[in-house]
Amino acid sequence: MCRAVDLQRAVLAKNEAAAQILRTELSARGTTVVNLLSSPGSGKTALLERELRLAGERGVSAAALTADLATENDARRLARSGAPVKQVLTDGLCHLEADMVARHLHDWLPESTRLLFVENVGNLVCPAGYDLGESLRVVLASVTEGEDKPLKYPTAFGLAQLVIVTKTDMAEAAEFDEAAFRAHVQQVNPGVEIVLSSVRDGRGAGALLDRALAVAEGNRVHTPVMARAGA
Amino acid sequence: MHEMSLAVAVVDQVETVARSRGAVGVSSIELEVGELAGVVADALAFCFELACAGTVVEGAELITRTVPGTARCARCAEVWAVGMPPLLLCPGCGAAADELVSGRELRIREVRWADPESGEARRTDAEVPREHRQPITEES
Ligand SMILES: Nc1nc2c(ncn2[C@@H]2O[C@H](COP(=O)(O)OP(=O)(O)O)[C@@H](O)[C@H]2O)c(=O)[nH]1
Ligand SMILES: [Mg+2]
Ligand SMILES: [Zn+2]
Ligand SMILES: [Zn+2]
Repeated sequence: MCRAVDLQRAVLAKNEAAAQILRTELSARGTTVVNLLSSPGSGKTALLERELRLAGERGVSAAALTADLATENDARRLARSGAPVKQVLTDGLCHLEADMVARHLHDWLPESTRLLFVENVGNLVCPAGYDLGESLRVVLASVTEGEDKPLKYPTAFGLAQLVIVTKTDMAEAAEFDEAAFRAHVQQVNPGVEIVLSSVRDGRGAGALLDRALAVAEGNRVHTPVMARAGA
Repeated sequence: MHEMSLAVAVVDQVETVARSRGAVGVSSIELEVGELAGVVADALAFCFELACAGTVVEGAELITRTVPGTARCARCAEVWAVGMPPLLLCPGCGAAADELVSGRELRIREVRWADPESGEARRTDAEVPREHRQPITEES
């Protein structure tokens, strides 16, 4: 008779298999993928501009794939760092999937790339469910978005391996309650590291690059409770 | 709206099974959706209507069951409902949960085929233990 069909396995299995193949292929050639998620405007591109520039100064070969619904502006901004950059236009799709990433890397990504940063579509719901073959998943939130952002988007924050608070230069004006934000992150993702960053005053410069390099060197990375699903 | 991608995947899978069984129609599809699966049930229902148009699944009822999130602390041997927003710190000792026991499900639980003779739905055996469930591609 008919068996029950496990959708989680069937739907996400396709993406997860593609992500796993990508992760294996890239790590075999020494490339580590970092997936960046946030709401639109949290500062993903601005942060990447800075970290890519620093990578260049330190002689670390880094590249970036940036996804947007429509424009190529982010790629133009990131290309100023001198790093190889490619724009993915998702044509309205609200998230990236592993096979889209794989398709874009094909005959573009320089063989020697150590770190590949992927700027996901600005959205904290849909991208959370899709593994892109990354070894480090980073979720950003700016101080203007409110302390309860992690509670409003628990799956995104719950699956983060690193959380970055951006625009801390505006923390006072926004009356950002850092302790409350930390408590909310802790509630949905106990033990995840939180880094404070501002591209205006230089706070946290190089932190993302350092964390990414540590992962590339094989250091253990945080496993969120939400990723430790029951058997 | 990745609900559209999910709806298309549901329809694809049920269609594949329906074809392999020679089913003439689908009466209902029951989905289990975890509280923390990041799926909006209403959006999924809306997308499902669009996705099944013109397929053997057209007209099927989509039943969505929400699975509450639960977490476990090994130290206290406690399992609690995490609630929404979820609390993944143990209410007993304050330590991080050791695992999320449930809440991220996203699976087809049961499909009822429309019966060609009587026009009535025929129930399928849904309670197959998870480890015995097979990906759809392995269905014969
Ligand atoms: N004050 C301040 N503004 C920032 C900072 N980072 C980004 N922004 C501004 O926030 C806006 C959105 O940034 P962007 O990097 O495009 O966000 P994205 O949509 O996440 O890629 C831009 O106007 C940036 O100049 C920061 O650290 N401090
Ligand atoms: Mg951007
Ligand atoms: Zn979406
Ligand atoms: Zn406990």
